[in-house]
Amino acid sequence: MVTAGPAGLTLPRPIADRLLAHARTELPNEACGLVAGAFDGDGGGRATSFHAARNAEASPLRYNVHPEDLVRIVFEIDGAGEDLVAIFHSHTRTPAVPSATDLRTAQYDRPFYLLASLAVPDAPPDSALRAWRIVGGHTFEVPLRVGG
Amino acid sequence: MSSVRIPPVLRDAVDGSRDLPASGATVGEALEDLFARHPALRARVTEDGSLSPFINVYVNDRDVRFRDGLDTPVGDTDTIIILPAMAGGSR
Repeated sequence: MVTAGPAGLTLPRPIADRLLAHARTELPNEACGLVAGAFDGDGGGRATSFHAARNAEASPLRYNVHPEDLVRIVFEIDGAGEDLVAIFHSHTRTPAVPSATDLRTAQYDRPFYLLASLAVPDAPPDSALRAWRIVGGHTFEVPLRVGG
Repeated sequence: MSSVRIPPVLRDAVDGSRDLPASGATVGEALEDLFARHPALRARVTEDGSLSPFINVYVNDRDVRFRDGLDTPVGDTDTIIILPAMAGGSR
């Protein structure tokens, strides 16, 4: 059973920088990717690597992790004995808050949804990134620790 | 008989299995065979009796939408994967 809980995501700074660099490279479109790592016993997670993926929608307003990238990355992470700790995408002009579309299409209870907002150019990771859980059509923001 | 590879996100619906056999000449028939034995999996990936639009289906890592969809033929050496999509957007 997944709970919203206070447990959060720890994102080492180099990975946070990679996420934002990927998001900025993909402008004007939304960017996406998967974050591997490990969950702890309390439902919190720690990221260890970022796997950038193609956005099959190639859109400033939508993302869809390219199906070929998705299957490859999911089983790479699984094969390495790691957890899929977060699903990443960027919002190019709006806050890093899950949209109604994000809620409607969310299929994963356990991983965090990690969002970047590029509304403020060159914003540091601490302010550009936010982490959420989407469970049962509801969003719950969770603590995001960049660094450590 | 084909093999169906189960991703981590769906393993709780199949008692933790990573790979399961399935009978059928097409992807649709093989999945129906699998769902008959694992109703919890059917509940997770179908809506109103049809595969959810947010579920990707692959044969040997190729998305069946670019082949014949659920009518894509499968044989003993083929591996089917069902995998929830990751999609959304700001609007």
